[in-house]
Amino acid sequence: MSALGVVGGVVQPVLIVAGSPLLVGLMRQVRARLEGRAGAGVAQPWRDLRKLLRKERITPRGTSEVFRFAPLVLVATTLVVAVVVPFVATESAVDPVADLFAVVALLALGAVALALAGLDTGTAFGGMGASREMTILALVEPTLLVAIFALSVRVGSTNLGAIVSSTLHDPARVISPVSLLAAVALIVVIVAETGRIPVDNPSTHLELTMVHEAMVLEYAGPDLALVELASAMRLSVFLGLLANLFAPWGIATEATPLAVLIGVLALVVKVGVLGGLLAAGEVFVAKLRLFRVPELLAGSSLLALLAVAASFFLA
Amino acid sequence: MNLAATGMAAVVAIGLVTALLAAVVPARSAVVGVGTAVTGAAAVVAGAAALAGGSFSVVLPEVLPLSGVALTLDPLGGLFVAVTGGVAVAAGIYAMSYVDSLDLRTRGVQVALPLFVVAMALVPAAANVSTLLVCWELMALASLVLVVAEHRRGPRVASAGRWYAVMTHLGFVSVLIGLMVFVAHAPDDSFAALREAGGRLSPAVAGVVFVATLAGFTSKAGIVPLHAWLPRAHPEAPSHVSALMSAAMVNLGVYGVVRVGVDLLGGGTAWWWLLVLALGAVSAVYGILQAAMSSDLKRLLGQSTTENMGLVLVGIGAAGLFASSGEHTLAALALTAALLHVVGHAAFKTLLFLAAGSVLHATGSRDLDALGGLRPVMPVTTAAFGLGALAASALPPGTAFVSEWLLLQALIHGLPAGGVAAAIAMPVAVAAVALTAGLAVATFVKAFGVGFLAKPRSGAAADAHESPFTMLAGMGVAAVVCVVLALWPAGVLPAVQAAAGGAAVSGDVTLRLSQATGALSPLLLTLGLLAAVVVVAGVVRAAVARRARREARLWDCGGGPMSARMEYTATSFAEPLQRVFDDVVQPELDVDVSHHQESRYLVQAVEYRRKVPDRIERRLYEPVLNAITAWGGAGRRLASGSVHRYLGYGFYVVCGALILLAVTR
Repeated sequence: MSALGVVGGVVQPVLIVAGSPLLVGLMRQVRARLEGRAGAGVAQPWRDLRKLLRKERITPRGTSEVFRFAPLVLVATTLVVAVVVPFVATESAVDPVADLFAVVALLALGAVALALAGLDTGTAFGGMGASREMTILALVEPTLLVAIFALSVRVGSTNLGAIVSSTLHDPARVISPVSLLAAVALIVVIVAETGRIPVDNPSTHLELTMVHEAMVLEYAGPDLALVELASAMRLSVFLGLLANLFAPWGIATEATPLAVLIGVLALVVKVGVLGGLLAAGEVFVAKLRLFRVPELLAGSSLLALLAVAASFFLA
Repeated sequence: MNLAATGMAAVVAIGLVTALLAAVVPARSAVVGVGTAVTGAAAVVAGAAALAGGSFSVVLPEVLPLSGVALTLDPLGGLFVAVTGGVAVAAGIYAMSYVDSLDLRTRGVQVALPLFVVAMALVPAAANVSTLLVCWELMALASLVLVVAEHRRGPRVASAGRWYAVMTHLGFVSVLIGLMVFVAHAPDDSFAALREAGGRLSPAVAGVVFVATLAGFTSKAGIVPLHAWLPRAHPEAPSHVSALMSAAMVNLGVYGVVRVGVDLLGGGTAWWWLLVLALGAVSAVYGILQAAMSSDLKRLLGQSTTENMGLVLVGIGAAGLFASSGEHTLAALALTAALLHVVGHAAFKTLLFLAAGSVLHATGSRDLDALGGLRPVMPVTTAAFGLGALAASALPPGTAFVSEWLLLQALIHGLPAGGVAAAIAMPVAVAAVALTAGLAVATFVKAFGVGFLAKPRSGAAADAHESPFTMLAGMGVAAVVCVVLALWPAGVLPAVQAAAGGAAVSGDVTLRLSQATGALSPLLLTLGLLAAVVVVAGVVRAAVARRARREARLWDCGGGPMSARMEYTATSFAEPLQRVFDDVVQPELDVDVSHHQESRYLVQAVEYRRKVPDRIERRLYEPVLNAITAWGGAGRRLASGSVHRYLGYGFYVVCGALILLAVTR
């Protein structure tokens, strides 16, 4: 455990927790401006969270511990990922956990906790959301793992620190066909995993189209605040991963205050730009029908397979 | 006599004494339960001793005619003996009260249980072909008796027994043919002689031996396309027997493939292992897809066994492929991953089947669509099943997560090593493993979420009660093993690597790959997760207004209290997946809409039926079964019952034979 790793492990979670509601606010603001509305301002998600946290804790009758603990598990998994993944510094606080497979599995664990909570309520909405979320999760998994495969072949490791450092040392790799194909596949995966248009609409409450919102319908007050915070954190974590896997520049490689400051700024800028682009893209795309989503994901997994093939045959 | 020999002697002695006692003692269930558990414990000791290096060898020429009984325990066999023993301990403890409550006390069933365990422990210890085949057949017969134990429950049990009997014997014949061809090229039928002869076989003969034994052994492991008996027989057996079959017996199919392919035949050529890899990948995806559609709790678990054995074969196939291209460290890594998955699967599948048996015991139902709401009435069983589901779904901190991580690492690092064949096989294998992992998550969320959480969907589920202590204790044993394997896999890794014949992973808290850079620490991951949960809970507690939690009504859209009929069921949970994989599973849907007499616009009732048949079974087995039936029909016309006609047949056959002889001589 190096000094840089410890600094990263402290700065990153604070940054992600504090910044992710702002990212959601930024994305809403971008959408609002593009749609000709004034928007509520970048800090609105934080104001919402503050309001929710002050409310009374309410548990629906007939639910078990699964329902009560799910938001905690969801936030905790994302928090662990925020600590271990090299977002600000190349070295990880807990290196043996900073493995791409482990990180992906941790994020899936959070989704599973929420799906079980949805089923635990015993409402049709909860079950429907859980069922849809698990279907999408199952279909996303092959793309995600094969894309990871493509990225790890050139490094010979799935360790995130190793992948990020190797891209830093050899920037030409970023524009290789392997990277580009894997990047496109990962973008589709991230859109699906974070429940953005065209896979899911985060601002819908129409039963025909809900996925994530259907699962969390019974949450209120502080529990809802945790769920909202966690989904914002998941979005930032995924965008941060995407940014640092393909464009790690600016990340701190030594434990000086200046380097860490540059690392923080670089991450904020990269994630902000990616979030803005994603929000701008959403304005022009309609949500897909649920049963068209598998086609999108099948296409992305084909791209990921091509990326692996390219890594072998073009190497 | 060293510890391994003493252990094996104890297994045989205690097992046979238990079987004898079961035949004469009135209070059978307790005796059989304790005896089976002790037999299992002895097997664990023997296996552990063999893994620690204390191998033994014994030849008893008088016991069997011709070649006699030969037993030896090397690390590979020791691992499988230990796993079998571990499952038997949990199943034996569990059986004590389970058997009483479901009225399975009949003498035959009780005698068969310890014999089944002894036979399973002897198969990996066999050191010649005769011993292997005799123990294999004894295992099949004992398990057949146990499968049909509940034959009074309905015709499905008898049908499952017939399927199992026919397929296990076809598999036996296939193994027999393969090993006989092999023995014909060796001086005698001991494994030592075969090992020596294995290297000198011509590729064609070696290929025939491998494919024939592979077919036989994979049919025991429930690998596609020879899996059809497994989702029938495993669920219909009593639950502790399901656990023994699904967690211990299927492993011996894997053992057979490794023993013959890697050990006796000495590795062979790349296409063997590509075949194994392909069979494994297809089985994994197909098995979990069937499980994802299933709404029968025990059938789902049986289909998940096909999936897990498929993953194990993916590892073994990759190991063979790497070994044939000279990458021995990678091969050891893949084989370690496969064998660790065997151990982990045995632990969580035992736990899951025992928990399912506890549900069956309390509610009399295995239909997920009729369960639910078991959390308040059966807290321990719910926790046990939840732990097992977590372990089975390759999520951290779970048992399968560690082995699948190792498997993925082996596949990823195999890309540069194996040439073009590997460059095509590895990404597809990774995609198959990933799809399997994803579907397994959905399957076990369904099984746990629908089966145990929310509101009860039937009166039986609402009136459920917790199981007696010994059943919970049996589950507890399996649960402890699951937790240890998930948090501290390094505890069993030396043993698994001894069996795999190579050290590719090192480390204590953190597992490190020795050839490539890669590390994983399940313990640190879990501790980090727990710490994060505590931190978040603390922060929320500090930030939130200090008022007690209040219970409130569920949001029912103002339509009055929600009933259990409004809940999602297992069938509806699986519906999106079924639609996505429509072309693969080809479900049979039947919607009947009946209208009011007055107007066609008013619907009186809608009836929806869905069935997901096993498509491979339909395409592969039904034509064969139909052909046999047609053959029988044709034969019946020949046999009209007239004695004159039968004498005529005899006359014509003799004439024909004489003409044939006259022409050919």
